[in-house]
Amino acid sequence: MSVQLNALFSDSYVEISQYRDQHFKGNRYEQEKLLKQSSTLYVGNLSFYTTEEQVYELFSKSGDVKRIIIGLDKIKKTACGFCFVEYYTRADAENAMRFINGTRLDDRIIRTDWDAGFREGRQYGRGKSGGQVRDEYRQDYDPARGGYGKLTQLQRNTDGRNKF
Amino acid sequence: MSRRRHADENDGGQPHKRRRTSEPVEIEDRLESLICRVGEKSTSSLESNLEGLAGVLEADLPNYKNKILRILCAVARLLPEKLTIYTTLVGLLNARNYNFGGEFVEAMIRQLKETLKSNLFNEAVYLVRFLCDLVNCHVIAAPSVVALFENFVCVTQEDDVPQVRCDWYVYAVLSSLPWVGKELYEKKDVEMDRLLNQIDGYLKRRQKTHVVMLQVWTADKPHPQEEYLDCLWAQIQKLKKDRWQERHILRPYVAFDSVLCEALQHNLPPFTPPPHSDSAIYPMPRVIFRMFDYTDAPEGPVMPGSHSVERFVIEENLHCIIKSHWRERKTCAAQLLSYPGKSKIPLNYHIVEVIFGELFQLPSPPHVEVMYTTLLIELCKLQPGSLPQVLAQATEMMYMRLDTMNTTCVDRFVNWFSHHLSNFQFRWSWDDWADCLTVDLEKPKPKFVKEVLEKCMRLSYHQRIVDIVPSNFSALIPADPIFTYKYADESNTSIPGYTMSLSVGNAIKNRASNEEILTVLKDVPNHEDDDDEGESFNPLKIEVFLQTLLHLAAKSFSHSFSALAKFHEVLKTLSDSDEGKLHVLRVVYDVWKNHPQMISVLVDKMIRTQIVDCVAVANWIFSQDMTHEFTRFYVWEILHSTIRKMNKHVQKIQKELEDSKEKLEKQHQKKDSGDEDEMEEDSQLEEQIERLQEKVESAQSEQKNLFLVIFQRFIMMLTEHVARCETAGTDLNTPWYKNCIERLQQIFLMHHATIQQYMGTLENLLFTAELDHHILAIYQQFCSLQA
Repeated sequence: MSVQLNALFSDSYVEISQYRDQHFKGNRYEQEKLLKQSSTLYVGNLSFYTTEEQVYELFSKSGDVKRIIIGLDKIKKTACGFCFVEYYTRADAENAMRFINGTRLDDRIIRTDWDAGFREGRQYGRGKSGGQVRDEYRQDYDPARGGYGKLTQLQRNTDGRNKF
Repeated sequence: MSRRRHADENDGGQPHKRRRTSEPVEIEDRLESLICRVGEKSTSSLESNLEGLAGVLEADLPNYKNKILRILCAVARLLPEKLTIYTTLVGLLNARNYNFGGEFVEAMIRQLKETLKSNLFNEAVYLVRFLCDLVNCHVIAAPSVVALFENFVCVTQEDDVPQVRCDWYVYAVLSSLPWVGKELYEKKDVEMDRLLNQIDGYLKRRQKTHVVMLQVWTADKPHPQEEYLDCLWAQIQKLKKDRWQERHILRPYVAFDSVLCEALQHNLPPFTPPPHSDSAIYPMPRVIFRMFDYTDAPEGPVMPGSHSVERFVIEENLHCIIKSHWRERKTCAAQLLSYPGKSKIPLNYHIVEVIFGELFQLPSPPHVEVMYTTLLIELCKLQPGSLPQVLAQATEMMYMRLDTMNTTCVDRFVNWFSHHLSNFQFRWSWDDWADCLTVDLEKPKPKFVKEVLEKCMRLSYHQRIVDIVPSNFSALIPADPIFTYKYADESNTSIPGYTMSLSVGNAIKNRASNEEILTVLKDVPNHEDDDDEGESFNPLKIEVFLQTLLHLAAKSFSHSFSALAKFHEVLKTLSDSDEGKLHVLRVVYDVWKNHPQMISVLVDKMIRTQIVDCVAVANWIFSQDMTHEFTRFYVWEILHSTIRKMNKHVQKIQKELEDSKEKLEKQHQKKDSGDEDEMEEDSQLEEQIERLQEKVESAQSEQKNLFLVIFQRFIMMLTEHVARCETAGTDLNTPWYKNCIERLQQIFLMHHATIQQYMGTLENLLFTAELDHHILAIYQQFCSLQA
């Protein structure tokens, strides 16, 4: 009776993405298995000033939030623009992927993605300068994420010195 | 493999082009795809696509007949918005292969029986409608459909069945008539007239106590909130008056008339509605949500009237599209906006009305609330020149009518509007709403603005809110969410517990253990109990410890949660009694009264870690200390969240019990003979089941008690208010009263499934005939929902 028509009810917002955590302890298959069962989301493109309270409020719209872990700069230990949101159930996390991913928090379009599960250490940025990798290489100016990317900042400083 | 997270070409998981997966190997997948996709945007006409598909399927019938039957039955059930496309397809197939047509009809009847038995009543309606439209395609003979309808209407004569059962069968008949009324009347007008008379009789005698509880607005102007069967009846009456001329439904079969009328028709086998059983859960009655009429769409096509059948069909189809595509907001928005026949109707208005209709539906929306917010944002993106204006117009209209809007719906309006604004830099013409500043701030309009601003602040920060509203709105701006520390003033050392708070604070900063803290607290005097054993309820101890702890942890949610976890032992000891739990909640409120969001998350955490229990939270909310907060939205969010946690807890243990029982069943089935190990396992399992059974009973008892406490408190408050007003000779309909009575309704509506279990106790203990009739009416309305 319950013929599910595959062609019909696609649920693409819930699919796992191409990203795989390179620091994951285990093989690709194991990681994918965890991603497909996970109730934890990675949230990216946050402003450095976005608070845990704001994240709670937004993500509570798809269900009860179990825990939020704000991502930190490894050196400065300040927020560096990402976080993890853990739900009690996968269904609630799926609704977040469907309806909160790609909408605005603190005036920025945020991105959510499945995460294999929080482990101590994963709350730190992995860029050389302590923040996220993306903030090492980006060239645009983003006042909510520390201004220019780190490399660009260095270049600009060097240029500045060379001017004399 | 790219190490970066989502590349930024699109904002979400849905690619612009559906990624072409590798060619489906299975012909069955291809068939499914072909059938599901027919009717979508194509370079060829719909007719030629249908013709082509019919040819393909006919050729595949010898090998794939069963698969094709299954797919067609599934689309009939799951894609009702494309009803007439698929009935045409079936018509063409029947014309080419009479036997296939017969087998399809039989399969559909089997499916109908199964959906009815499985309580899938909404889908069953689509199946009935499909079968009816097959009359238009010359697949089924009209008289046999009339016979089906006669059997359906007979249900209204049954004794001792719930009204909602009869409702469904009448609805199934009436809601099919827009599609097939004309044909049926042409062939069997006498029988149809008789049927409609019987329905008329039924509709006149059925009771409608439930309507009031389900209406979004309590006022009849500008649009009455009609009961769904009443509205549909009016629409069918009008259709009949118009001699069944219906011009809105897309009917591809008309183009194929010459082919189809050559086909031989089948008769529906006689169908007896399955008898009523206790496990049947019929759909709840509904109220038709209307907010627009022809005067609201300024230019362009006119909106069909509220009793026109076009209005019914459009709304049905839009609801079906949302039902099919709610998971994928881009597709859903695109499908809504490409509604066939859109040039003849003010589509944006219909879409907005249908979406708000679902969002405000009582008891609950068909889908999670946040879906509607995101869907509306997608629609605004796709129609930036027109949809935002309709949305703004709708918001304005709903604001104007706040005085009569049901409190539950106001909650949802607040949530939607604040979330929506947060996606558009909080831009709004607040000045247009300056009228709300001239009335008592407890009135619906200023209250609404206040709650909206509070929610907006939660999604941003206090200064932002100050910046976005005009300065004359300052009375409505939420408080700055800062901690209020009792022992903050260093010069005020005479407050009881001040010195102790310093000791406790130092102990915490020096990483004292739970035991050490308890030792430090031993010296706190107890004014409640002179015979201080140290173990009984000591409010000062609770005050000193919790104020200090929460003050030190005030920086963020994480800090506070950490603190609660670290000193869980101390807290459990201090809150050991009922009064202890209540006092804990009082202190939490005292320190965080400017930060309702923090109160919510702390209460949630404390329930989950069993520092307080659900009943304590209920008692706290209804306590004297909280009377001035009683009409604030956040208080009800906390109460409903608490009830939900209680419900989930019971369900969890019930599931554990059932799983254990199943396990035992399986073991019994596998058993050969008295193998000693197996006997050992069995008895362990049986013990476990017994323990779980006790756990379930205890949890259910707690749950029942929670509802009893809540209802008792409501009854007390409302009875007092009524008595006071009667003595004083004043009108009892104050804003407070409206809020309170609707909050009581909300408890019933939001948790109706659970409350049903305890109806007996409720009726015997609380909702007795002696109760004031205003309050008893709420209970009676609730009962009528499944009557």
